[in-house]
Amino acid sequence: MTVVDDRPETAAPAPRRRPNRLLALLRNSWRQLTSMRTALILLFLLAIAAIPGSVLPQRGISPEKVNEYFVDHPDWAPRLDRIGAFEVFGSVWFSAIYLLLFTSLIGCITPRLRDHVRTLRSRPPAAPKRMARLPQHTVLPAPPGGAAAIAEALRKRRWRVEVRGDEVSAEKGYLKETGNLLFHTSLIAVLIGVALGSWYGWSGNRLLVAGADNAFCNTRQQYAEAKLGPQVSSADLPRFCLRLDDFEARFLASGQPEFFNATVTVDGPDEPTRSADFSVNSPLRLNDASVYLLGHGYAPVIRYTDRFGNSQISDEPFLTTGDMGLTSEGLAAFPDANVDPATGQRAPDQQMAFTGIYLPTAPEQAPFVRSQYPTERNPALNLVAYRGNLGLDAGIPGSVYQLDQRQVRAGKVKEVGTKLLRKGETWKLDDGTTVEFLGTERYVTLSIRHDPGSTMLLVSCGVLLVGLMGSLFGKRRRVFFRVVPADPGEGSPTSGSSLMEVGGLPRTDYPGFADEFTQLVAAVSGAERTGDGADSAERAGVREGAE
Amino acid sequence: MSALSDNLVTFAILAYLVAMIGHAVEYALGNVRTRVATAAPVRELVGAGGGVVPMPPAKVPSPPTVDRSAGRARLAGLFGVGATAVAAVLHLAALVTRGLAADRMPWGNMYEFVLTVTFIGVAAWLVVLWKRPSLRKLGLFLTLVMVLLVATAELVLYVPIVPLVPALNSYWFIIHVSTIVFASGIFLLGVVPAVGFLMRSGYEQGKRSFPYTLAKRLPGAVGLERLTFALHAFAFPIFTFAVIAGAIWAEAAWGRPWGWDPKETWAFISWVVYAGYLHARATPSVKRNVATWIAVLGFLTMLMNLFGVNIFFTGLHSYGGLD
Repeated sequence: MTVVDDRPETAAPAPRRRPNRLLALLRNSWRQLTSMRTALILLFLLAIAAIPGSVLPQRGISPEKVNEYFVDHPDWAPRLDRIGAFEVFGSVWFSAIYLLLFTSLIGCITPRLRDHVRTLRSRPPAAPKRMARLPQHTVLPAPPGGAAAIAEALRKRRWRVEVRGDEVSAEKGYLKETGNLLFHTSLIAVLIGVALGSWYGWSGNRLLVAGADNAFCNTRQQYAEAKLGPQVSSADLPRFCLRLDDFEARFLASGQPEFFNATVTVDGPDEPTRSADFSVNSPLRLNDASVYLLGHGYAPVIRYTDRFGNSQISDEPFLTTGDMGLTSEGLAAFPDANVDPATGQRAPDQQMAFTGIYLPTAPEQAPFVRSQYPTERNPALNLVAYRGNLGLDAGIPGSVYQLDQRQVRAGKVKEVGTKLLRKGETWKLDDGTTVEFLGTERYVTLSIRHDPGSTMLLVSCGVLLVGLMGSLFGKRRRVFFRVVPADPGEGSPTSGSSLMEVGGLPRTDYPGFADEFTQLVAAVSGAERTGDGADSAERAGVREGAE
Repeated sequence: MSALSDNLVTFAILAYLVAMIGHAVEYALGNVRTRVATAAPVRELVGAGGGVVPMPPAKVPSPPTVDRSAGRARLAGLFGVGATAVAAVLHLAALVTRGLAADRMPWGNMYEFVLTVTFIGVAAWLVVLWKRPSLRKLGLFLTLVMVLLVATAELVLYVPIVPLVPALNSYWFIIHVSTIVFASGIFLLGVVPAVGFLMRSGYEQGKRSFPYTLAKRLPGAVGLERLTFALHAFAFPIFTFAVIAGAIWAEAAWGRPWGWDPKETWAFISWVVYAGYLHARATPSVKRNVATWIAVLGFLTMLMNLFGVNIFFTGLHSYGGLD
C-alpha cells in the first residue's frame, strides 16, 4: 500500500567517530527487520504457520479430538505435541512470527508517522522550473484573477495551496498516508485488545439443568471447565447465580432445529434479581459477564428405591450424541444406595448405577438405540443396571457422565440387567429394589465469559477499516500553476490576458490522474464555463501518463 | 418455485456454455486472421491502459479479407458478451426464485453460496466490460470459470431448500454472508485478469510455449494488471469488513470473536495473503509477476476455504449441507 522506496533513510549518515561493530550489526538487523521484504516474508510465514491449526485438532477448540488423535496416531502425536502442533496459535513459533511481524510493523510506521506529521505541517513545495517534464503538463489561458484566483479555485476543491508570487503549488491526498498509518496502528491496537482479553478475561462452560435445586452460582468450583486469564483469580469472578426456569425449542418436521429460547432467573450480589430470556445469537449480557447458549438436551429424572425403602432421585444430564434426534447417553449413579438406616453402614458392593440411552422419540420396535425426533413424542429410556463398588470413594477423579470402566473390568461392578422404560414405568430389579423413570428435565449447555478487550477490539477494527479505505483509495498528487504573460506574437484568442502553465505529478499509482488533471485545469482556467474546455485542453496537448 | 429455480440454473449453465463458445469462436477467428496477416500488429495493447481513450477496433486498417474475418470474430465476441448477459439474468432469476421459495436470503448452504458468489463475479464482469470494452477477450476465461463453478454447484453441491438453523437466524447472517459473498465474487473475477496477466506478460516477453500462446489475443498485460489490482483493492476492504462482521456475530453466537475455527483460520490465511499481495503490489522492488502470483495464491486459499474446509474439516461453520 505504500511505496517503500519513498521512505527516507531513517538514520542519516551520522558523524562516524568510532565504528562500533555491534551497533552496526544491530542497526543493520533492524533495517533488515523493518524492510518490506522481511515484512512480506513474515506475512507468508504467518499464513503458512496457521495451516496446521486448521488441519490438526487444537486443544483450545476440541480437546477431545486431540485425545482421539493421540489414540489413532500413538507414534506421531507425542512428536507433534512437542512442537506445539496441537496448540498452534499459542505456540512459540507462531507467536515468534507475529511478534516479529509487529516489531517490523512498528519499526516501519514509527519513522513514517514522524515524516507524515512533518508533511502535514509543511507547505506544498515550489513549482519545478520545467513543468513540461512532469507527467502532466498543459498551457491554458489563466483566469482573470491570476494566481490568487487559481489558489481560490483550488482551495474550493480542497487542495492544500501555497502561493509564491506568480506560482501556485497545491497538493492533495494526504488521506492516503493518514489512512495507511491508521490502518497499521489499529492492527497493533487489535493485538493489544486480544492480549487484554486473554490476560484479564475468563470463561467457563457448564450444563445447567432446569429447576431451583440445580441453580448455578458463578464460582470456580461450579464449572466443569473454566479458564481464567493470568491476571484473574477465583475471587475476581462476579457473584451471580442462574436458575433455568424454562427452555423452549422448536424443530422442523425433518428434525432440524428452528428456534431456541432459555428463560433464567438471575440473582446475586452483583446482579439485580430478574427473569431474563436469551437464545442462540442473543446472549444474556450481565454486568461483567455474558452467558451464551451453546446447546441443550434432556436430563432423565430417575428414582431408585433401595432394599431399605429409601428413595433417591438422580437428574443428571444425559449428553447428546450428536444426531438429529437428540439420542442421549448418560449415567445415573446412586453411591449412597442401600445404606442400612439402622447402622448407617453399607456393604461396599451395594452401590447402584444405571447407564442409559435416552430416546426422546423411540422407534416403534427394537433396536432402541437411535431417537427419531428431537422432541419427546415417544420417550423411552434404555437402562443397564450395575451393582457393586463404583469406585467413587477411591478419590480418583472420574466422569460424572460415564461409569468407571476400570471397576467393571476388575469385576467390582457387575451388570444386573437391562430394560427399556417408558415414562412413569417402574422396573423391579432381582434384589427387589425398584427404579422408576419419572420424566425428564431440560438442560442447557452454557458458556459464560468475560472479555474486557472486546470494546477495544471493536473500536480498533472500525478504525482499521476506515484507515484501510483511506490507504487504498486515497491518491496523493500535486499540481503546479505558473501565470505567465501571453505571448502577443502568437495571436491567441485570449491575447491581452495571461496564460498559465500547469504541471501535474501523481505521487502514488493513480491511473485516472490524467482525467482529473484535465478537468481540474479546465475548471481553474474558467474555460469550463464557456464550454470549450476540452478543446482548449486538447489544443494545449495534454500529455498522456507515463505509461 | 424451487423447481423453477433449479431449471433456471440449468439454463444459466447452458447460456454460459453458449457464451463460452462465442468467445472461443472469436479466439479461433482471431487465429485465422493472424495466419492471413502475420504482420498485423497487436492492436489491443493500446486500449487497455487506464485513462487512455480506448481505440475503437473498427478503425483497425487491414486488408479487406482480414477485415471480414475480424468482423466475424468481433461479432462472435459480442455474441459471447450478449449470451453472458442473458446467462447472468437467468442466474439472478434462479437466485431470486430460490430465495422466494426458501423465504430467506439464498445463502444458507454451499450450493446457494457458490451460486451467489458466481453471480456477483459475472455481474461485476459485465460492469467492468461496460467500462472497458477492450477487455472482452477475457470473457473466454471468465465463462469457462462460470461453467465450471456453476455446474459443480448444481451437480455436486445441490441440496433441497430448508430454512435456516437457529444459529444462522440473525441479521448478522445478512451482513456477514452478503459481504463475504460479494468480496468472494470480486476476488473470483479478479483471478481472471490475474491469470490472464501472467500468461500475457510471458507472451509479451517472447515466451511461445503452451500456456503463453493462449494469451496471444488477450488485452495488453499492463491493463490486465491494473484491472487485477483494482478488483483486489476493491474487494479487500469488503472482505475485511465481512471478517470483522463475522467476528462480531461470533461474539454474540459463540461467545468469542475469534476462535480459530477452520473457516476462521482460512479466512485469516486469505486475508494475510491478500494483504501480502497489496503490499507486494505497492513495493516497486517486487516484480508485478510475483505480486500477481500472490493474488492467485490468495484465490486458491479462498477456494480451499470454500471447498476444502466445508468438505474435509468439521467446525462451527458446518452449514455446507453436504454429509
